[in-house]
Amino acid sequence: MSKHILFNVLQVLMVMVFSPLVIGILNRLEEIVQSKRGPDIFQPYRDLLKLFSKDEVIPEESSWIFRIAPYIVFVGPVFVALLIPVLTSYPLFWAFMADMVGAGFVLALGGFFAALAAVDTANPYGAMGASRTRMVGFLAEPTFLIVFFTVSFVADSTIPFIVQQKWVTPLSNFFEPAHILLLFAFIMLILAEKGRIPVDNPSGHFELAMIEESKGLEYSGRAAALMKWGGWMKFFVLIIIFMNVLLTPWGLASTLSFKDVLIAIPLVLLKVLAFIMFLVIIESSLAKLRLFRISEFMSTAFVIAVIAMLTSTFTH
Amino acid sequence: MAMFTGVTDLVSNLNALAGGFFIVATFGIVVARQVRACLRFFILQSFFLAVSAFLLGMSPFSAHLMAVGAINLVAKVWILPWILLHMLSDEVYTRREIDQVVSIPASLIIALVLTIVACFFSLPWLRAVSAAGAPCVNIPIGLAGLFLGTYTLTARREAIPQLLGLLAMENGAFFAGIAIAPDLPLIAELALVFDLLILIFVVAILTRRVHKRIGTTTVGMLAKLREEPYK
Repeated sequence: MSKHILFNVLQVLMVMVFSPLVIGILNRLEEIVQSKRGPDIFQPYRDLLKLFSKDEVIPEESSWIFRIAPYIVFVGPVFVALLIPVLTSYPLFWAFMADMVGAGFVLALGGFFAALAAVDTANPYGAMGASRTRMVGFLAEPTFLIVFFTVSFVADSTIPFIVQQKWVTPLSNFFEPAHILLLFAFIMLILAEKGRIPVDNPSGHFELAMIEESKGLEYSGRAAALMKWGGWMKFFVLIIIFMNVLLTPWGLASTLSFKDVLIAIPLVLLKVLAFIMFLVIIESSLAKLRLFRISEFMSTAFVIAVIAMLTSTFTH
Repeated sequence: MAMFTGVTDLVSNLNALAGGFFIVATFGIVVARQVRACLRFFILQSFFLAVSAFLLGMSPFSAHLMAVGAINLVAKVWILPWILLHMLSDEVYTRREIDQVVSIPASLIIALVLTIVACFFSLPWLRAVSAAGAPCVNIPIGLAGLFLGTYTLTARREAIPQLLGLLAMENGAFFAGIAIAPDLPLIAELALVFDLLILIFVVAILTRRVHKRIGTTTVGMLAKLREEPYK
């Protein structure tokens, strides 16, 4: 029991500690692809340190929502890290606190409060960005639901720890059409949810074209650090869900021994690194879509998810 | 024996996967804006049809299905697209189709509804003959391919995508056919492929004439008879 709690806390620490590193590596790799040298991979840690030591400025007109939003954005992914298999393949102490739908709800809560806070400051760019993120969010919602639906239908469970085993036992299950098509739909969801390239340009600093970034424009100091860190952790958590629950449920600790859990840490990081490389290929080979083409991108994801659901009924 | 059932499982899963990609490619034909993208989706669709034929022909081994797969691979993935690409000028392929009859997101939703309808239509039939294995995957997906091809035919205004819709219908029928009648005489398949070749030639020449005469291939706009040259 105590070990279960300990491992669960370890999962949260892993998400907190390594999420800036992942972003650092991603930024560096993308710059290298563009024949530039790029920032150091530890730059996100330095950014966080710098922001934490700075003073915070809060707009006079803003309400309590503006002050509370960074904490919700930060706590959401931490909470989800308790529910998903980051390091172990068996359910841990808090695993049954909420299922996938609950985890999705907690992740969405952060986005909801960030959007409210962006409107709260009365900065025109904030409201514009907030409405755009909500648009992408609404379009992503049906796909999310269908993905959850299909997964729980195939695996007879909505707890991520249990779902992950179904795709590889026996191994031929891996090639089920429902599984492979879900992977495609989920990648498109990650791209949309985190504002990566076909949907939004994360490195763009032009306010009129911003979608994801504009929500945090008004934040400074500690609040900005929490917003950034929370966003990175959400990205990390989504990658972990994709790799550990859907694509490659191997390399996780299956016993209670400390050694296995410690070995799992580099293995999981390796998987995340593989995903990052894949993401770099996607982002460097595609252009950003126009705003009104995003609905087509998201409806493609929706169609793929629905086809996954339909084909899962044929094979079961 | 356990090993054997494992392999059969894998093959049937891969066949279902080919079916999944087949239907995704058909969606591509329905919604692709550029004619060239539409043609690429058709090539992909035919490729997955051939893959499904090969997989179904593997266990139990069936020379007919293997031949069907090979004919598909040669005729539809290679020769037909080659003819279409070389008989018409580049301008036809690079242009975007701006005004569909139905907007693209709406088309997607309609196509999705058609797919679900196809699945529900085939369900009672499958239950009636108590089918198991490959037909359970191939018939609903083939029927959906048929429906989506029909929809492409009605909703598109460009000549080439309309033709591709027709071919997608034919592919859908074959996708269902290889599961129900694996021992279809090879001569029927061969005759069909030659028929298609002639069809492609005729349509391509016709489209070429239309393009030369009026400078566009948007045949959806040719509904009215006019006396002066088309502007």
